[in-house]
Amino acid sequence: MTILTTYISWTFLVLGGFLCISGAVGLLRFPDFFTRMHAASVTDTLATALIILGLLLQTDAWMVQVKLVMVLVFVLLTSPTASHALAKAALHGGLKPQLKIARGSNKAGQQSEAEA
Amino acid sequence: MNMETVINMVLLSLLVVTAIAIVRIKDLFAAAMLAGIYGLLSASFFVMMDAVDVAFTEASVGAGISTLLMLTTLAMTGRFEKISGNYRPRLALVLVALTGALLIYGTLDMPAFGTAAAPVHEHVAPRYLNDSYAEIGIPNAVTSVLASYRGFDTFGEVVVIFTAGIGVLALLMRAEKPTPRTQTPTASMHEHMVLRIVAKMLIPLILLFGLYVQFHGEYGPGGGFQAGVIFASAFFLYSMLFGLSEARKVVNHVVVQILAALGVLLYGSVGIVSLMNGKNFLDYSALSADAVHGQHLGILAIELGVGITVTTVMIIIFFAFSGRNQIEGEKD
Amino acid sequence: MFTVAAAAVLVAMILALARAFAGPTLYDRILAVNVFGTKTVLLIAIVGFLMGRPEFLDIVMVYALMNFITVIGILRFFEYAAESESADETIKER
Repeated sequence: MTILTTYISWTFLVLGGFLCISGAVGLLRFPDFFTRMHAASVTDTLATALIILGLLLQTDAWMVQVKLVMVLVFVLLTSPTASHALAKAALHGGLKPQLKIARGSNKAGQQSEAEA
Repeated sequence: MNMETVINMVLLSLLVVTAIAIVRIKDLFAAAMLAGIYGLLSASFFVMMDAVDVAFTEASVGAGISTLLMLTTLAMTGRFEKISGNYRPRLALVLVALTGALLIYGTLDMPAFGTAAAPVHEHVAPRYLNDSYAEIGIPNAVTSVLASYRGFDTFGEVVVIFTAGIGVLALLMRAEKPTPRTQTPTASMHEHMVLRIVAKMLIPLILLFGLYVQFHGEYGPGGGFQAGVIFASAFFLYSMLFGLSEARKVVNHVVVQILAALGVLLYGSVGIVSLMNGKNFLDYSALSADAVHGQHLGILAIELGVGITVTTVMIIIFFAFSGRNQIEGEKD
Repeated sequence: MFTVAAAAVLVAMILALARAFAGPTLYDRILAVNVFGTKTVLLIAIVGFLMGRPEFLDIVMVYALMNFITVIGILRFFEYAAESESADETIKER
């Protein structure tokens, strides 16, 4: 493995780690379900792809690489699908996106849920 | 402090927190989901402990199937815990606390974690680790122990699973008759076109992966139990997305029941064959002139039996549960 | 570098778990469980490399699979339950 691929792999891993955390912070802090879902699902897919790519560059064993690619394909297929199904189910279940910005309060999300 | 210790500590604390949350939460659907998280966490912990096969089982059974079965049950019984105001079982609390304290006291006498002198490392484990490759000829010592040295125990486990399937059938069989409601899948799930297409792409891959786990168990983590669960989960996915009546067309109920019995029969008959050849019950070296080759054959055969029984029993249980669910949904 | 990634994933797991506990709606919990599952997949993959045992990837695949099926299952049976006891819809989570 050359120095270059090592550096690229490290960059991917660190970027992926950053996206993991930022997505999770969004999941925790955003005001209502749909914004949380946006934060979580977008970063989830990209972070997974980055970290798995980073790991992919770390190994020379082709069996490991094939398995990593399969995991990546699987996650890239299922994660957005699950998010899509979940958002749709939430919308059908009567959960409305919160359209007005309630400044500085985390309670707004709970109110919109109480209406549902 | 190295990274592994940190990960272990975080995982174990998350495990405790999750357990407390499961006890405290009143929404049973949420509790079932947290139980799934609990399964994932303990599986990760097993991975950290290098117990790969156990982690495999825990991930597929603890985090996957048992959550699904809990959910099917909840869909029948209702979502919220009944809250009765003045139910305070003090005696039970004292007893449980006392038992817990005694158990913790008991662990103080145990050898420290990872000690080489611990009894478990001095009894049969070294023999299995040292001699199993020469005797059985497969790299994964866990499979050697499970399928060959302890083949009789595993036979018992398969029979237990089979019995569970029979029990579920005996209890829920009456509700099997299709009613008009069965023909109309829930409208909102009907619209999940994306889900259905992705599932159609995934199901063959899942089945293929199940086969890989089934026949790769001698070299890596896996084996009949895990493969059976993975195989069955493809059918669960199909029945959840396309409706139970559609899934019933794919999976013939009678064939499934016969296969469940055949799996156990296959396992048992391997034992009988080795008896006939003048060796002990389930001593696979009798199956071929070459002892190691016989072991291979025997392990393949019994793992196949395990896989068939586990798959079919899981399908029986799931279909019986969700079939009942669709029919009795109207009642309350 | 694996250490950094593993630590980041662990932090994300803790945050997702906090959301799973907090709710408030069931959908939030499902979302959190989904995120948590994906993060566990990543964690085990990274740990495999950290400990020099990339064979763990078989388990990673099972995790990803079970995560997906569980989420679909929750959605499916939540719909059943919501149908069969629409009277309970008014009950809010505590």
